Amino acid sequence: MKTFKIGGIHPPENKTTGDSPVVDMPVPGELRIMLSQCIGVPAKPIVKPGDKVEYGQMIAEAPAFVSAPVYSPVNGTVKKLEPTRTPQGIWQDSIVIETDMDNPVSWPAPRTQEEVNDLSPDEIIDLVGNSGIVGLGGATFPTKVKLSVPKGKSVEYVLINGAECEPCLTCDDALMRYDAHNIVKGTLLIMKATGAKSGIIGIEENKPDAIKAMKAAVSGERSLNVVTLKKKYPQGGEKQLIYALTGRTVPAGALPIETGCIVDNVATAYAIYDAIYNRRPLTERIVTVTGPEISEPGNFRVKNGTSIKDILDFAGGVPEDTGKIIAGGPMMGKAVSTLETPATKGLSGLVALPLSESLRKKEGPCIRCARCVSVCPMGLEPYLLMLQADVKKWDDMAASGVMNCLECGCCTYTCPSYRPLLDMIKLGKQELRKK
Amino acid sequence: MTIGISIIVLGVIGIIAAVLLFIAAKKFYVFEDPKIGEIEELLPGANCGGCGFSGCHAFAVECAQAKSMDGLICTGVDAEGMKKIAGIAGLTPVEAQRKIAVIKCSASCENRDPRNIYDGVRSCAIESALYQGESDCIYGCLGCGDCVKACPFGAMRLDPGEQLPHVDLEKCTGCGKCVETCPRHLCELSPIHTDRPVVWVACANRDRGPVAMKECGVACIGCTKCRKVCPVEAPSITSFLAHIDQEKCTSCGECIQACPRHSIRSSAG
Repeated sequence: MKTFKIGGIHPPENKTTGDSPVVDMPVPGELRIMLSQCIGVPAKPIVKPGDKVEYGQMIAEAPAFVSAPVYSPVNGTVKKLEPTRTPQGIWQDSIVIETDMDNPVSWPAPRTQEEVNDLSPDEIIDLVGNSGIVGLGGATFPTKVKLSVPKGKSVEYVLINGAECEPCLTCDDALMRYDAHNIVKGTLLIMKATGAKSGIIGIEENKPDAIKAMKAAVSGERSLNVVTLKKKYPQGGEKQLIYALTGRTVPAGALPIETGCIVDNVATAYAIYDAIYNRRPLTERIVTVTGPEISEPGNFRVKNGTSIKDILDFAGGVPEDTGKIIAGGPMMGKAVSTLETPATKGLSGLVALPLSESLRKKEGPCIRCARCVSVCPMGLEPYLLMLQADVKKWDDMAASGVMNCLECGCCTYTCPSYRPLLDMIKLGKQELRKK
Repeated sequence: MTIGISIIVLGVIGIIAAVLLFIAAKKFYVFEDPKIGEIEELLPGANCGGCGFSGCHAFAVECAQAKSMDGLICTGVDAEGMKKIAGIAGLTPVEAQRKIAVIKCSASCENRDPRNIYDGVRSCAIESALYQGESDCIYGCLGCGDCVKACPFGAMRLDPGEQLPHVDLEKCTGCGKCVETCPRHLCELSPIHTDRPVVWVACANRDRGPVAMKECGVACIGCTKCRKVCPVEAPSITSFLAHIDQEKCTSCGECIQACPRHSIRSSAG
């Protein structure tokens, strides 16, 4: 079974929602749509308070190449433009839309297969850009930029990431089980847009139903392959996945395109299908809500801008002794500091942890066991980076390759002294970015 | 017999080594101005960098070579000490204004409800980099004590109840180490006079009044009352936040009485 070479850990998977179907969450009365929903320049609002908006109408445009527009998920009225807190507690601009409950969304007429076949690669890339699609694995990199292959480079493989190595999350799993055919259609569109000859869909071994569904869906396509990957975190990391599926290594600091690969999440492939076949811009996504005490965990299709509180209420409410709610998976996700914050394009899951499981353990001294070194999938030395961050030697951190860190958290997970290795590494990365 | 040989051999080796050391010491002798050593004796040896040099030794070297004491001030030495240093360097002493650090936040826990609990590393740098703090105010003190750890003179302590740092006026030398450490820029150097206390606005909240009011019980809301009562127009208000010009302030205390939010503080307590 294929996997990446160095490092990695095996955290307990806790995928309790692995059999749950995708449930559409009811549209809330008020949506708060963040303007900054991708890595890159935040979108610029083009509506003002009082404006009527329709489903699929652009409400904020992309002011730069590395940016993505934002679309209205409902028919409604713009109430106000005001800052809203992100999960980390930072104020960012948002558009508040009041849903018009009496005027439900009428879906646009889909494109026929012939119409889709007539689209040229450039037209596909433009449609992807004009649908606000970003990488739905969590990094939220604008997909249009990824598909625009720079001159002189060519794409050999399109790798579709269905690894979902994060514990607890099952949103990609659910999508693959229920919409495998449409993911394949999206993958073929990515291949057409980039001129790639073949596509590989990588899925971790712990999702047998998804593997079966995807294998059935690709059976007629000779250019597509489904590969079963070993269960190991972070299998879904971009560079790790490229190594596992093609055996190629992305050089430090380079983009995957250097190895002739493009990596997209299964949810992104599905969003591309939805945008091109159904003419629907990206306004919703599947969010896994789980946790040991959550009464009705599941995979919910959530409108962009729904508050986290509403989503948790839909899953049976926040359990009483909750200590932490994590936006994203338990490994790479961040604890939310407020429940008022809305769902964005990058929100893959909400994990509610009881107080007893959520507190950090007391930090001890480094005993030089080098476990962090052996699990780092990028071959870094986290203990050393932490020491350098402690004495503010930012340049030394850069020389030790801190910028290659993918913030997977393996080092902190494995440290027997519970040292906050990743926090210090993140601090160093931020200081270096400031320079 | 054996003992005798050992003594002779070791003695000869010792003599050879002594001669070599003597030659080396003569050959590699570096002349150092004796003034430098004398000045360094008087310096606190904290290497705080408040003088603008890399450490106490660098400052002493600079003093010994300087033509005038202009701009050469060790914040860790009192006026008497600076006179002595000037005397050793053979220069006329320059009177310097003593400065102390003031903290531009006075929001203890009861004034500022924690919205969530930060359970990560006890470091303000990390808390401000990854989160925005525990309360609604994104300008105020994070209470992890980076400034306390940074202070080379032990002049700061973190009040465990309030979760706020306090500056010991006797010990603070105004070196500015805390100013450069605080990720929220809440430490400010302020001149202190022997006859009167320092009066400053202990808040950094730049949100509009109603927002600031919700966020914190002692946040400055930019109401301009301090400016109206001040006889010398020392307070100025920019982005809903008052700031007292220490050049103009006479420490009369009118603004402290007038402030409806109790955000103006005096070093007299």
